[in-house]
Order: sequence, then structure tokens, then C-alpha cells
Amino acid sequence: MKFAVLVQEGPYHHQSSDSAYQFVTAAMDKRHEIIGVFFYHDGVINSSKLADIQADDRNITKRWSEVGEKGVDLVVCIAAAKRRGINDDVLAPGFRISGLGQLTEMAIKSDRLVTFGA
Amino acid sequence: MLHLVNKSPFASTSLESCLKFATKGAPILLFEDGIYGAMSGTALEAKIKDVMKDHPVYALKEDLMARGIDVVIDGVKTIDYPGFVELVERHKTCTWS
Repeated sequence: MKFAVLVQEGPYHHQSSDSAYQFVTAAMDKRHEIIGVFFYHDGVINSSKLADIQADDRNITKRWSEVGEKGVDLVVCIAAAKRRGINDDVLAPGFRISGLGQLTEMAIKSDRLVTFGA
Repeated sequence: MLHLVNKSPFASTSLESCLKFATKGAPILLFEDGIYGAMSGTALEAKIKDVMKDHPVYALKEDLMARGIDVVIDGVKTIDYPGFVELVERHKTCTWS
């Protein structure tokens, strides 16, 4: 089945970025195709490589980059990113900045769109 | 439609809103702070038991464990992330937050 995921909350804010990651990895373990993860609102902060995470703490951005390495499209909303000072210079590996149209496309192309956080 | 509720019903009206829109038989998954609604012995226990007459209610095991909750209302089904994925396989989803 084709899944798409929408993340609307920043990392380390509450729990939604963690929940989305757990859901995505569980779905991939079941051989579902994740056609994309869209980062919107404060969710765009997940894509910033500027964070300096201590070695004994979970590194949320790195975890998403690892998901990206497996071929999952990690799309960051451009308007939400610009508001928060996130541009291509601070983007962690695997992420790309694009428009809200990408979310629409994910919604159309996927069998399921699951939203985390608000 | 699978309804996803991630806020505590003691701090937010998201579960209440969800219940106003959910059609009979639609499953509800409580996760993150939403799982406080699945805890037994609270002021909401009777209400949740009433909800279960019309909706299967699930609670995410990982989030119950993270909060040290092992007292769950009878009839609430606990599921893990693979179970969450299986629910999403069977239903389109709506998130209430």
C-alpha cells in the first residue's frame, strides 16, 4: 500500500515527530511504500542540520535522514521554512524544499495520508 | 474512517470533537497524551465505556508504557505500532489534535 505522512510539529517539542517516525518505520517493516513525508508548520524544523544533539540523546533529524537514505522523499514546505530561516544551506541530508503542491500530490498518489501533530 | 486522537481528554476537546463527527462503527485510536482517555478509574471512564457501544477504541501500547499506565478500561484494545499500521491499512485516517 502507498502511504504518505504529514508532520506538523517540530522535533523535541512534544511527541509527534517521534510518533511519525515510529509509524513510518513500522509501515516500512511491513513492506508498505512511503511515497513521501511532508514537513509543514513547525515540522520544517525537523530538517535543520544546525541542531547540535548530545551523543546520548536521540537525533531526530538524523533519524529522518536515514529514512531518506532508504528512498523516502522528505519534503519541506517552502513558505513554512522561509518563515523559520530554513533554506538549502541548513538542510540536513535527504530533505528537499518544495511547495505545498507536493502535499496535494502525495494526498492524490497515496492510498493513505496520516497526519501527526498540530 | 479511523480517528486518531493525540491530546489528553482532560486538557483538550479533541476527543469530544472527534466523537461529534465519527460515524457509528468508526474506530478510534488514542495515542500520545490521548491515551489518558483509556486509563481506568478516571472521571471519563463511564463516558469511554459508552463510546465503546458505538466505536471500537484502541490505545497505543508504547505510549501507555511511556507514561507508566497499566490500568486500562475494560474493552479498550491495546495495540503496538505494527497494529497501528494494520488499522491504517483497513481505514483512511482523520487526525484530531
